[in-house]
Amino acid sequence: MTPDSRQIVFDNVSKFYGEVLGVNKVNFSLEPGITSLVGPNGSGKTTLMNLLTGLIKPSHGAIYVLGLTSQQPIEFFRQVGYCTQFDSFPPGTNGYDFIYWPLRLHGFGRDQATKLTNEALERAGMAQVARRKVAGYSKGMRQRIRLAQAIAHHPSVLVLDEPLNGLDPMARAESIALFGAIAKQGMHVIISSHILEEVDRISDRVVLMSSGYVVAEGQIKEVRREVRDHPMQILVRCSNPAALASAAFELNHVVEAKILNDGQSVLVRTRDAGQFSLLLNKIVSSGLLEVDAVAPADDDVNSIYQYLIGSDGSPT
Amino acid sequence: MSLQESVALAQSTLKEQPWRLFASQISVLVRTEVRRTLFTRRRIGFHLLAWIPVLFLLAHNIFDRHDIDPAQIENNTLVLAGIIQLYYFRLGIFFACMGVFTWLFRGEMVQRTLHYQFLVPVRKEVLVIGKFLAGAIISIALFETAVFACFCLTYSRFGSAGRSYVFDGPGLGQLGSYLLATALACLGYGAVFLTLSLLFKNPIIPGAMLLGWETIAPIFPSWAQRLSVTFYLKHLCPVNLPTDGPLAIFTIVAEPVSPFIAILGLLCLTLAILVLSCFLIHRLEVTYTAE
Repeated sequence: MTPDSRQIVFDNVSKFYGEVLGVNKVNFSLEPGITSLVGPNGSGKTTLMNLLTGLIKPSHGAIYVLGLTSQQPIEFFRQVGYCTQFDSFPPGTNGYDFIYWPLRLHGFGRDQATKLTNEALERAGMAQVARRKVAGYSKGMRQRIRLAQAIAHHPSVLVLDEPLNGLDPMARAESIALFGAIAKQGMHVIISSHILEEVDRISDRVVLMSSGYVVAEGQIKEVRREVRDHPMQILVRCSNPAALASAAFELNHVVEAKILNDGQSVLVRTRDAGQFSLLLNKIVSSGLLEVDAVAPADDDVNSIYQYLIGSDGSPT
Repeated sequence: MSLQESVALAQSTLKEQPWRLFASQISVLVRTEVRRTLFTRRRIGFHLLAWIPVLFLLAHNIFDRHDIDPAQIENNTLVLAGIIQLYYFRLGIFFACMGVFTWLFRGEMVQRTLHYQFLVPVRKEVLVIGKFLAGAIISIALFETAVFACFCLTYSRFGSAGRSYVFDGPGLGQLGSYLLATALACLGYGAVFLTLSLLFKNPIIPGAMLLGWETIAPIFPSWAQRLSVTFYLKHLCPVNLPTDGPLAIFTIVAEPVSPFIAILGLLCLTLAILVLSCFLIHRLEVTYTAE
């Protein structure tokens, strides 16, 4: 993949922490708009965001943000704002200083930094409490002050790790409206969440993650269709695997039927598990074979899909 | 590429750098770091390391007033030399720099705040220099003040004889040498500990090894001695301590060098270690779970 000055590109990116997999072989490119990274805890969302912002380096592959890499920090971090999940702050800091001093590190003069700080505090709804120590803030306030810092320098790419955690319903609605407004300005907004419902209404596209892999990616409707059409694997242990494989191949929705090495099992991949069950019942009742066991072979992946997008796959 | 082309390329690269931005970033880093490090309660130990000898000398001046004989000035000069050379250069500054400079990056990892400094448009080298300067300002300010206070307390008890020793004798020159050596000690140890903090998660064991190395370096060949901070500091000390007894290992000067070479040597050593830090910082990743 070649870097594009408007896109965020992950080019075959893998990250290993020693022998532990963080993310593996991630390949996608994102256009401006809101993108949601969705997956259960430990699926690699934060790793992907830390890679994107250069906090960690990929073991393999490359990442380009608007044609830049984090090896060009001056240009890169003028374009990128990252609201991390780390709920920690420099000791003794207050809300105002927490935003003002990083702006000075950006190279803004006193007046400009003051103006941008006040603007960010207003946008995050934190202006009234800005002079209070951050240590005395509630969880929601800490979340919002981090958001204010991430948007203060008007980045073109805003990365938000679980930004709605700890917010009350009113603050959630305000934050979602803010993300939408930022995206409408032609910016990239990348939001992670472990609940798709939380972000799918505002997302232009979604990246589903599981165990360090991107399992689906695209516009939300496409992903739902992809998940619905995803073939399910069923393992059948029976007395006549060849007959079962042969009968399964007659069905349109069966993608694959493979006799395993033990000679007593068939692995069937089907897009319609219900229809396959009917076939199996029919064969068993005809006395053609005896079934010892039937079990879904990829239950984990399916349960993740169910967990992420809901059992019926219909838009919420 | 010819040598001339390489030089021209290096010159144009240097000219293209945003030096004004770097300078303003360093200034901001120094200001925030000094404010954060110098005036926090957890730095009490660091202040104690600097002020313990001062408190002893103060107590001595207050409670031991009967034996103020101008003939004792030479003796007290040796005591001051011992305090500075054996305590400050080998323990006080060493451990204070260990606390201050290792905390600059490793402390931020422990407090989970390093990412804030990695997410701003600051080159990592600028971050290293800014933090190093902040640590240097903190440690130099504190230990220069403490050494100056020790010097004043040592000679003030002798009244006019003391004033005469300081202003008409070798006193001021000695003070200048001590202050210079103190500043260089802070720079040298500071650079070493900053680098160790980027190499090791727990700097205590390498710190103890460094203390051992600084102690036994005099018994090694002269080229190896040049890799220790105390080698250079010894040559800047204006008063030689007696070289007999078990403390001789701390005071013996195996191969004398001129003060100019000692200053230059220590600055070069500091610079070389800082350059190493600038390479090491690029390896540092924000993975707080590993801390």
